[in-house]
Amino acid sequence: MLEKFLASAFCGLIKTLTGARPNWRGTVPAPQPRVYFANHRSHGDFLIIWALLPPALRAKTHPVAGADYWLKGKFRRYLIERVFRGVLINRNVKRGDDPIGAMLAPLDAGDSLIVFPEGTRNQGDGLLPFKPGIRHLAEKRPQTEFVPVWIENLGRAMPKGGLLLVPLLCSVTLGEPITLKPDEKRTDFIARCRNALLALEPDEQ
Amino acid sequence: MTDMEHIIAGIGSNEILTVFIGLVAVLLLSSTVAGILRLRLPKGVSSPVIDNLTSRINAWWVMITILGVAFWIGNVAVIVLFAFISFQALREYISVTYTRRGDYRALLWCFFFFLPLQYGLIGIGWYGLFSILIPVYAFLLLPISATLGADTTRFLERAAKVQWGLMICVYCVSHVPALLALHIPGFEGKNMQLILFLLLTVQSSDVFQYVWGKLFGRRKLLPSISPSKTLEGLIGGVLTSSLVGAALWWITPFNWWQAGVIAFTVNVLGFFGGFVLSAIKRDRGIKDWGSMIEGHGGMLDRVDSVSFSAPIFFHIVRYWWM
Repeated sequence: MLEKFLASAFCGLIKTLTGARPNWRGTVPAPQPRVYFANHRSHGDFLIIWALLPPALRAKTHPVAGADYWLKGKFRRYLIERVFRGVLINRNVKRGDDPIGAMLAPLDAGDSLIVFPEGTRNQGDGLLPFKPGIRHLAEKRPQTEFVPVWIENLGRAMPKGGLLLVPLLCSVTLGEPITLKPDEKRTDFIARCRNALLALEPDEQ
Repeated sequence: MTDMEHIIAGIGSNEILTVFIGLVAVLLLSSTVAGILRLRLPKGVSSPVIDNLTSRINAWWVMITILGVAFWIGNVAVIVLFAFISFQALREYISVTYTRRGDYRALLWCFFFFLPLQYGLIGIGWYGLFSILIPVYAFLLLPISATLGADTTRFLERAAKVQWGLMICVYCVSHVPALLALHIPGFEGKNMQLILFLLLTVQSSDVFQYVWGKLFGRRKLLPSISPSKTLEGLIGGVLTSSLVGAALWWITPFNWWQAGVIAFTVNVLGFFGGFVLSAIKRDRGIKDWGSMIEGHGGMLDRVDSVSFSAPIFFHIVRYWWM
């Protein structure tokens, strides 16, 4: 009950502060398992995508988050585990970790994921090189749809290290879903995902 | 306030009331005309022009209601209203302007320091500071803040764009409520009417340009900047609203021809304000600044003309009537 209330409060807050609306450019909301992959520049990135999904999909979509950050402190842990119901993975993989397995579990249960393949927040323009995680997911579950999601302006409104929010108008654009082609090379799939995401960026300024 | 001042304020608000009753009559007429146009369409046919016209008129109802409520509450409400308009306009402007991580602090200063301070200074009527706060202090302090971000990529461009947005959206727009801070002999307590005069002439100029352009527009003015603006719209609109201004002389400290000349001046400025901001929109590849006001676009689409005319109007009144 409290979790649901907190979740709607966070969603309402970020939608109000950023004026963001989803722009379903290449797809429509759909209940099948999907991996939403987005550019990463702000702490609020997973929240804005999560908040802009229709509530029914939001309940079945889990942000993938860094355990090192979210397990510090009781409240953070409560937020990520109970309110946002995220999938926690170690960014510095240790022996015995199975990040791919942790991400596959919700997909197999029919749920969706939000991931940031750059792996860390980008402080410049464009995109950093992608980590191989999405390729592993695609190989293990080839029917999964990978939806590129471009988040505009949130990184300027609340960049890494910033505590206050510059009240910029943000937007979230969802592109056409990508699925792994048979015999597609590892690097080709990642390049295809990366280009599809870059194509959603508004004109270079 | 003394009894005398109460009486003067009372007469003042009566003139404002008269104007607002007139505005409601005009809106009722416009809504009726739009309704008849819609009814005359063949069944099952919809016209984007009439839909847009209807939503524009509906938005005018809302905007005039908000303005009326602010006028009714008093000076503080008018200042807060324009502070909000500046906030929203600046928000739309910066949202489509290129900045980098290093500008984060400068942007925070713009929104949470210079904007409230500018309107606070107007609230206490400190002309000596509100007239230079942004052109001098923000102009020097914001680039200092940006250098501390230690990022030289497109530095001059970024600093210039932030300063320009602050000038247009905050400094210029704030000259509308700044009219409240003027002391005009024989016009005490009625300064709100100057705001009404400015807004009515400039905004009616936009409306008449639209109407003249839709009815008689043939020759495009500069399609590369604004595809919908026509020469007929410009001349008809500016002249009609200058007549409106002249006809409103009785709410101002001007006589009728002065009111007409001033209205003409602010209308021409307002027109070019819309033009300049259109040029920026074209350059950035956007049609509207935002989507806040149904049928009109964003806040900055509605106040572009006001931002160019308000400072000049302010200084005309201050120079010749104070």
